[in-house]
Amino acid sequence: MDYSFDFAPVFQAWRLLAEGAWATTWISAISMAAGLVLGTILTAMRMAPVGVLRALAIGYIEIIRNTPFLVQVFFIFFGLPALGLRLDAMQAAILTMTLNCSAYIAEIVRSGVQSIRPGQIEAGKALGLPSFDVYRFIVFRPAIRAVYPSLCSQFILMMLNTSLVASISAQELTYAAQMIDNRTFRSFEVYFVLGAIYLALSQLFSLGLQLIGRSYFSYPTK
Amino acid sequence: MIRTFGLPEIQFILEGAKWTILMSLAAFIFGGALGLLVALARTSAIRPLRVAAACYIQIFQGTPLLVQLFAVYFGLPLLGVNVELWLAVVTGLALHASGFLGEIWRGSIEAVPRGQTEAARALGLGYFARIRDVVLPQALRISLPATVGFMVNLVKGTAVAALLGLTEMTRSAQLMSNITFEPLKVYASVGLFYFIICLPLTLCSARLEKRLNAQG
Repeated sequence: MDYSFDFAPVFQAWRLLAEGAWATTWISAISMAAGLVLGTILTAMRMAPVGVLRALAIGYIEIIRNTPFLVQVFFIFFGLPALGLRLDAMQAAILTMTLNCSAYIAEIVRSGVQSIRPGQIEAGKALGLPSFDVYRFIVFRPAIRAVYPSLCSQFILMMLNTSLVASISAQELTYAAQMIDNRTFRSFEVYFVLGAIYLALSQLFSLGLQLIGRSYFSYPTK
Repeated sequence: MIRTFGLPEIQFILEGAKWTILMSLAAFIFGGALGLLVALARTSAIRPLRVAAACYIQIFQGTPLLVQLFAVYFGLPLLGVNVELWLAVVTGLALHASGFLGEIWRGSIEAVPRGQTEAARALGLGYFARIRDVVLPQALRISLPATVGFMVNLVKGTAVAALLGLTEMTRSAQLMSNITFEPLKVYASVGLFYFIICLPLTLCSARLEKRLNAQG
């Protein structure tokens, strides 16, 4: 083996990588928030007493969960313009990520909601809480609390998935790395550093989500 | 000349499906073998082994599959191993699978009641007999739903190989989309093909989970 490693050209382009990391962070954050909202709506549909709503939600969730993210990206970015919906790369990326993670979130939130005992809801109603408050404080919050760890790992998986939107030239971290690779031809070094940055990002995300969880769920349970 | 999206184009995509299925199987078999070692290391009594396995798992769960594949593809030649693209991709997928399966199986091994291991030790069984005859058979049953669920992820993961230029199902679809100019139909069809491959696995996983929960 007579290869000499040269990381200098990669580190010289740190600004590009930093911008990419920031883009990855904010598109992930937006998609997580939007995905949580959409996922909760899907959960409500999935558990609704109306058969049509349930079937729609199940169909949507299973289609998303059984097709690759990359195919979904291509379908939305290249396919939808034929139906008149033309999105730029970033919009298509965020839309796909939101739609994709909402299906996974719906399944996770549903298992959380199922862990709420009916007696809790009845007690809330008996105490005269408005039904919105019952759903907010007695169903939603404890349900999310129960499944928060799996929700967090789903969020991190989704953040890592954003690397695939580089393929439609959405300008995030992997896209930045590919540009550096094309300029310097230091492929291994580029992807090694890229891997390290993603590893750091996933640790940061995990820490940040834990902090959010700690503040949101720090209510007395007894 | 622009072609319409018809039977020959669908056949071309299905040719790609062959690669998707073969790669998934190979990655599962090799990744499974390696993943078992990772899980055993992660649950072993020797601390350095546990730490090493934890780092290994963290690396593969904390970086994108695309980056892992690129690193293997560009990294293998630096180690003096010149392999073809498909072999590099299968290697990358297998390593990826070993990290995830290692973590799944660690959980299952730890879910086997401690008393089982202690009883086996009290009966004078050595490490290998204990693992092979007492712990693993029980852990296997517990791990089945998650393992089958991960196979779905692996099948979907093979789509990433398209970005390295390997003509599996997604790349075949890209090519067909480029010559027919009908991306909507092409990507909807390829999505359907993935769905047909993955849905049985998903249903099987859900069923196994239900059965496991019923048995308690």
